[in-house]
Amino acid sequence: MEAAWSDYILPFLIMVGESLLLLIILLIAVAYVLYADRKIWAAVQIRRGPNVVGPWGLFQSFADLIKFVLKEPVIPAGANKGVFLLAPLVTCTLALAAWAVIPVSAGWVIANINVGILYIFAISSLGVYGVIMAGWASNSKYPFLAALRSAAQMVSYEVSIGFVIITVLLCVGSLNLTAIVEAQNHPWGLFGWYWLPLFPMLVIFFVSALAETNRPPFDLVEAESELVAGFMVEYGSTPYMMFMLGEYVAVCTMCAMCTILFLGGWLPPFPIVPFTWIPGVIWFVLKALFVFFMFAMVKAFVPRYRYDQLMRLGWKVFLPISLAMVAIVAAVLQITGLAPQ
Amino acid sequence: MIVNAIFFYLFAGICVASAVMVISARNPVHSVLFLILAFVNAAGLFVLLGAEFLAMILIIVYVGAVAVLFLFVVMMLDVDFTELRQGFLNYLPIGALVGAVLLVELLLVVGGWAIAPGVGHAGSASASMTNTQAIGLVLYTRYVYFFEAAGVILLVAMIGAIVMTLQHKPNVRRQNIAEQVARRTTSAIELVKVKPGQGLS
Repeated sequence: MEAAWSDYILPFLIMVGESLLLLIILLIAVAYVLYADRKIWAAVQIRRGPNVVGPWGLFQSFADLIKFVLKEPVIPAGANKGVFLLAPLVTCTLALAAWAVIPVSAGWVIANINVGILYIFAISSLGVYGVIMAGWASNSKYPFLAALRSAAQMVSYEVSIGFVIITVLLCVGSLNLTAIVEAQNHPWGLFGWYWLPLFPMLVIFFVSALAETNRPPFDLVEAESELVAGFMVEYGSTPYMMFMLGEYVAVCTMCAMCTILFLGGWLPPFPIVPFTWIPGVIWFVLKALFVFFMFAMVKAFVPRYRYDQLMRLGWKVFLPISLAMVAIVAAVLQITGLAPQ
Repeated sequence: MIVNAIFFYLFAGICVASAVMVISARNPVHSVLFLILAFVNAAGLFVLLGAEFLAMILIIVYVGAVAVLFLFVVMMLDVDFTELRQGFLNYLPIGALVGAVLLVELLLVVGGWAIAPGVGHAGSASASMTNTQAIGLVLYTRYVYFFEAAGVILLVAMIGAIVMTLQHKPNVRRQNIAEQVARRTTSAIELVKVKPGQGLS
């Protein structure tokens, strides 16, 4: 009994506690990321943005939450009820599940698994099911068409994200996310992180992340002027909120991934005294917020792509470039002898 | 160990139950969704065995790509499955034959493994190595020709599929982005001095 307590129950309770803590922090962070998104967008368009609820509108996201939860959930009569309700749950759960392996500081990770990056890639490739299930179960042609468009888009850009990840892995020699960050620990500080040697891959990753999370300029899924609201036309109240939540958590995951793969994770920009005093988690959050700021700015000033342009970019531009870069990076590492042993 | 057993029976039970639901569900889309559930649980079994690389690849390839295509096909095809079920007895002998062949093959594999455990054992995977490294070491050395042959077969299949579906229709207006980007004001705009009262001819 003593062994069972120390071997199974205690680690289990610690893991549950860590997960709950991360979940709460993540949900509050998402509320403010949503607020920041609207504020940045408004500032670019010289509007005020949300400014009524709380000081400077800081509680706007919580007001939205209460509004969504108190509304009546409407399920269309012709909808496939089980799948209809399962779809937002799938989207939301998968988006949150990816955070189990993301290290926010040295050792601050719930599950430090060997194949962390593959896990995130697998989880994000499952995200497409939420979209397809929602579109099909709504039993209406507009959500269905939007779901087909969205699924094709997400599957296309996953390919180039995969190749970008492979180039980083070639430099690191490990699939563990903590090892990826530690491989970027360099005496030159931020000039030793992978954004500099792999800059083209950073650009491809950033654009593919926009497409993968259905952010503007690739928000053809929602495209409110063409498709009403995409695959979630028939959704309202809490199920709709879960789609929104899943979407923004996925955006946060992509920002964190960008930080870990290219911006040195929790490492300080210069490994000297005033920077090393600041805890790693603050550097991580600052870098992730910087990437999110770029996401929000792109939303504010880039016009939406047409669907054929989107497909052309994914298959005819990003795929050959990233494929060539995998070969080039591998060759360079092999010739210069820099390849990790 | 008891925790392992609990998780094994959980994953295995859900896997078998969802596999049964795949063939018994009335709605074909539900069948595909149950198939996905079966795949995910099989990946869970791989994780329990310590083969986390295989588990993740199973999810990425089968669940993330192959099953999406299944789902597309099943959703797009307007198949009347009640009509298909009418001929169930006609296909029973063929189905039974395929099932029997599969069973014999499985028995051969398991039997061979039970009789001579050393035969199929390929690599010398040490405990210090992660299983990603272990698979890579075996795949790119001992089985490199099989691996490349599999790659060539997949490439041929892919090119074949593209050739079969690609059609060049005449009179389709396409966007040439390189041409658009290369346009300069000198080639696009012509400045003309127009004399009053005459206009352009």
